[in-house]
Amino acid sequence: MKPAVAGAGGAAVAALPGERLVVSRWTRLLENQRVLAVALLVPGVAILTIFIAYPFVMAIWFSLTDISVGTAGKFVGADNFKKAFQDTIFQTAFWNTCFYTFWATVFKLALGMWLALLLNRHFRFKRMIRAWMLLPFIIPTVLSTFAWRWMFDPTFSVINWVLYQSGWISDRLPFLSNGDWAMWCAIVVNTWRGTPFFAITLLAGLQTINPDLHEAAALDGANAWNRFWHVTWPLLLPVTLVVVVFSVIQTFSDFQLIYVLTGGGPANSTHLVATYAYQLGVASGLLGEGAAISLFMFPVLCLVVWFQLRYLKRMEGA
Amino acid sequence: MKRRTFLKAAGAGVTAVGIEGILTAHRAPAFAQGTTVHILRWNDFVPAADKIWREEFVPVTAKVLGIKLQVETINANDIPARATSAIQSGNGPDIIMVLNNYPHLYAASAVDVSDIAEEVAKTQGGIYPASQSLNKVGGQWVAMPWSVVPALVAYRKSWFETIGVKEFPKTWAQYHEVGKKLKAAKRPIGQTLGNTFGDAPTFTYPLMWSYGGQEVDAKGKPMVDSKETVESVRFMTQFWKDAHDEGGLAWDDTNNNRAFLSGEISASLNGASIYVAALNGGDKFKTEKGQPLHTDIQHAPLPAGPKGVQAYHTAFNHMVMKYSKNQKAAKDFLRWAHTASNYEKWFVVQKGFATGIARDWEKHEMWAKDPVMLPFKTAPNLQKQAMGFAGPPDKRAAEAWNKYIITVMYAQAASGKMKPEESVKWAAGELAKIYT
Repeated sequence: MKPAVAGAGGAAVAALPGERLVVSRWTRLLENQRVLAVALLVPGVAILTIFIAYPFVMAIWFSLTDISVGTAGKFVGADNFKKAFQDTIFQTAFWNTCFYTFWATVFKLALGMWLALLLNRHFRFKRMIRAWMLLPFIIPTVLSTFAWRWMFDPTFSVINWVLYQSGWISDRLPFLSNGDWAMWCAIVVNTWRGTPFFAITLLAGLQTINPDLHEAAALDGANAWNRFWHVTWPLLLPVTLVVVVFSVIQTFSDFQLIYVLTGGGPANSTHLVATYAYQLGVASGLLGEGAAISLFMFPVLCLVVWFQLRYLKRMEGA
Repeated sequence: MKRRTFLKAAGAGVTAVGIEGILTAHRAPAFAQGTTVHILRWNDFVPAADKIWREEFVPVTAKVLGIKLQVETINANDIPARATSAIQSGNGPDIIMVLNNYPHLYAASAVDVSDIAEEVAKTQGGIYPASQSLNKVGGQWVAMPWSVVPALVAYRKSWFETIGVKEFPKTWAQYHEVGKKLKAAKRPIGQTLGNTFGDAPTFTYPLMWSYGGQEVDAKGKPMVDSKETVESVRFMTQFWKDAHDEGGLAWDDTNNNRAFLSGEISASLNGASIYVAALNGGDKFKTEKGQPLHTDIQHAPLPAGPKGVQAYHTAFNHMVMKYSKNQKAAKDFLRWAHTASNYEKWFVVQKGFATGIARDWEKHEMWAKDPVMLPFKTAPNLQKQAMGFAGPPDKRAAEAWNKYIITVMYAQAASGKMKPEESVKWAAGELAKIYT
């Protein structure tokens, strides 16, 4: 008897003389590359369909109906979107979301880059400090935001107490009780939480840059700033772009931080699109209107992703 | 009224109509043997009350009704999210506790409980009008009111006396003058005008009503842009600056409790939780003279405006859900829980923080035990109207309430973000979008 040959990729399995090799139908089926590809894709596609595509399609459907909790609702076309456009609270929330996302991303990028450059150097306890730096990113947002809320508390703020005791202020600073202050406080907390993500990703990018390039630039007389601007920054740009896009998506759809820190107040000064969509869809039971408002995030985020993909494609071409 | 007499009077009707057979037979009805009823409630601000549910109601219900009662408690703010997901998925707790006028939002998903409500009304002296309007939709009871948590002003007696005030101010103008003096003495009034579900709207709605302002007319036409409302916003703007801790713009429902207990503010509209915490805290909370803080606290209704004294008290209601497979058992449980002798166990540990939903509970001997809590006894009678006045407290009123439109109207003016007239116009515009 000739030894049987089985297995994908040419792996040979020899059967002992006198034995019949049993190859199941499934194994034979999976030897077909197309079938194998489908089998490998199915779990991923199923997860995406159930958890991403289905809710997304439902959200689009809801946004086109006047559905509220417990009632089926009827098709109303773009009425919910028109209502949102005329809604001054939504207009405020949309502007707040853009402002919050822009400034939080700028600060996270600047601080993350600075931190990454520092952590890319050799110093004692380097690994330990790198691990500690990730703490703000690891702690659940709700818990860390509660801690910040206490620090910004209108009555018992530890920051106010320290400033008052050291003679810097004579009256309490209105951290969360003034609309503008509250928005900047939210940006500070978001920056604090998001900077480690930037730092660790950019650090990974920095470590892929060949040190010879820096040495060569230094030999040519480039100072630290020139080395950063002409060597580090161009090579780090693709990673930076990816991390900025991720951050914009996360920040634009932020909910927990504002919900815990300010509840959208004072006087709606810190309402974001996500918190307002929750207020309408869940607290008021207006699922159609809530879905329409949350879908306003979609074109903005699509645009951001489109820019990123376009840039990366151009980079690949270059 | 003595406890025995009270129970005899209040309980007679319900037991005769509802569970007389069960009590007489000393056994559970056949239908409910082994049935589980899952009830979702809030984490009560009086922890002893949750204990009554778990340690008294659960075992007794199993014995008397043959129902396995599963009590789940969560933060009150999270209930709408749970209710929404349960209703949309058609699966969840058999009974859900909802606040205020949420029964109007979820009416299509609720079982008619008119029979229970009518029994309680008949046997316990009548259900308060506000509880009726919040729980009845189209003449049908879609939720069974469970309790009312009155909002009254808790204030420091000695601090008021220091500035020569022996009695809590009767009018807003008097309160303004008193507040000025208190703030000058670094003992301001504390009030939230933040985006929060409890203490903010229970202050701003009655303030508007007491000046004669109203959201809409009886037909739902927006009426908020009136000289009465503008006057109330103007008053609040000045009152805020002169008499309040201005950090209140960022307060939620817990900040005023902490500020009061730590001696930062002299008065605040609240449930009785400040007093209850001071009472339970013993030596933890003291006055500057070393006396227990609770001895220096008194309660009073909000002052009167041109249209008299107004109030809004937070309502807690139970809904039997339509998707429930145990609707009959759930209703039987509610009927049993509302029987005076059972309800009383829960009522007594509240010590007045929450009151009953029927008038007979004003006669209970518990009220004689603590004079400081006495204003809570009749507080539900102060509430003459609800959100959405002069229309019904329907879905549209709930939307306005949940968007904090009236609270934001006052907050925008108090913070200087808008002039009072502009802020009222803004609120009128937002209400018009909801009501048209």
